[in-house]
Amino acid sequence: MHMADALVAPAVAGTMYVCSAAAAAYSVKKVRLDADTKKVPVMGIMGAFVFATQMINFTIPGTGSSGHLCGGMLLSALLGPYAGFLTMIGVLLIQCLLFADGGLLALGCNVWNMAFYGCFVGALLIWKPIMKSGMSRMKIIIASVLGCVLTLQLGAFSVSLETLASGITELPFTAFVATMQPIHLAIGFVEGLITAAVLVFVHEARPELLFGASETEQKEGRFSFKKTLVILAVAAALIGGLLSLVASSNPDGLEWSIERITGSAELEAAGGVYQTAGSIQEFTSLLPDYAFKGSESALGTTFSGIVGCLVVVAVCVVACRLFKFFRKKKTV
Amino acid sequence: MSKIGNAIYEIHYMDTLAARNQWVNRIHPLVKFVLTIGYIMTVVSFQKYDVIGLAGMVVYPIAVFMLSELSFWDSIRRLRLVLPLVCFVGILNPFFDKNRVLIAGIQMSAGVLSMITLIMKGVFSVLASYLLIATTSVEKLCYAFRLLHIPKAVVTQFMLTYRYITVLLGEANRITQAYALRAPNQKGVHFKVWGSLAGQLLLRSMDRAEDVYESMLLRGYQGDYRYMQERIALRWQDIVYFVFWAGLIVLFRLCPVILLIGSLTGGIFA
Repeated sequence: MHMADALVAPAVAGTMYVCSAAAAAYSVKKVRLDADTKKVPVMGIMGAFVFATQMINFTIPGTGSSGHLCGGMLLSALLGPYAGFLTMIGVLLIQCLLFADGGLLALGCNVWNMAFYGCFVGALLIWKPIMKSGMSRMKIIIASVLGCVLTLQLGAFSVSLETLASGITELPFTAFVATMQPIHLAIGFVEGLITAAVLVFVHEARPELLFGASETEQKEGRFSFKKTLVILAVAAALIGGLLSLVASSNPDGLEWSIERITGSAELEAAGGVYQTAGSIQEFTSLLPDYAFKGSESALGTTFSGIVGCLVVVAVCVVACRLFKFFRKKKTV
Repeated sequence: MSKIGNAIYEIHYMDTLAARNQWVNRIHPLVKFVLTIGYIMTVVSFQKYDVIGLAGMVVYPIAVFMLSELSFWDSIRRLRLVLPLVCFVGILNPFFDKNRVLIAGIQMSAGVLSMITLIMKGVFSVLASYLLIATTSVEKLCYAFRLLHIPKAVVTQFMLTYRYITVLLGEANRITQAYALRAPNQKGVHFKVWGSLAGQLLLRSMDRAEDVYESMLLRGYQGDYRYMQERIALRWQDIVYFVFWAGLIVLFRLCPVILLIGSLTGGIFA
């Protein structure tokens, strides 16, 4: 589910960075890390644990394929939603920097799609209400499976929305959603079962490690269900609004609506300013109207493009060689 | 080598690359980080049919690969995760995009162009991230993050996770190897031991976290962590490097440089 940089438009990436940064700032405030210096090393090690465990292949019975652990749900069940969320940011950053899984620009999207849903929705809306009246083996299994399925569905839907808003794919939104959701339903179910198996083991061996297991922790971390729901609804509306703004600025959609209104895909504009702007646009636009309509000019453009590319690459290589040559000479 | 063994090797290899005493490695980490983000943002901001404009952005990876004396082929492996995803999203563009274009006399769907730009964007952004991490150590990156005022809790946690990944990967490797020796001809971990196998690793990790915290306390840890021994000063070379690349990236984004050079040199040849 890791989004790559190529799949997000800068506006979408920026919006998601702001949303994820807001959630991170809120988490830093809630966790009160300054007061408890122990939390940071524990979070660091748990991040490394999630990373290591995600490399283990768990065989899915009867299929021959294997599944992995759901990091967000596991971390929030062990560390709570806020510390879990911060830990997931570290894991996602390492995945993107060291293993090219995701991207630096798409990090905001990935944090939101995986860490936010996994930790906030998974822990506050599913884990906590289910564990309210005490923990049991069955409750842990239900919470883990439900949490993983729901958070993965939300994450997959967000991926589709972010791709739509970025205007990257020509694939219709409904077809994209219809592909993403069922796949992630199956993945979520398997990940939920693996996460449940680990949490059940922890519950039996060291129950005090689980989030919400001790009464004091429950009292400290109390956060009403209603309040969470309201915050999530406001956040969803806000993000939905922002994303739809970005989506509606997509030129394809705009041209489509103009065509509906005027009967032509392009608006005719008159006036000196429009003409000057138009000529600048014509000069800078490489593929006006997406087509090399005149075959001669088309060939010319393609030829110029290829020659230009080769010249730029050659200049770049020569310049680098010269730079290195003079640097070596200087050091000698 | 196993999947875990590969991951450990990759982390150590990246550490070795970042520790080299190359000219690019010595550039201020903040400059490299900001340039990388700026470069990726510029790359993804190109219009979906602007193949020629986007092609100009190849200058940055080529130059940094040469200046830092990194092997281009080593970085190719990093595309294995991104390329399939990008191809999955872009592969249907040629069928859904009804616009027609004429390329070198052949009429084809404009979707081909958008698919090519998507793949180019994917490759360029992955290469830029690789060049950043292969020339900058994680400690230096953390130093840059702190200069950007990212909360110290987030940065320290990120660095500790990074430090302990190899330790826990090693432990996971030993556990899975031991399991594989007891369960030959079996792919992955059987569902009956899902919980106990990963759970054991989790409990050990928790105990290790306690030990790490106690050791940190003994060494005077009070919530503050020094990422670097000393402050990294911004030198004039760093400023020149930043201004040069920022200027070139902006130039390639705003002007059709490739096409202009192409028509100029093409004209000379004709």
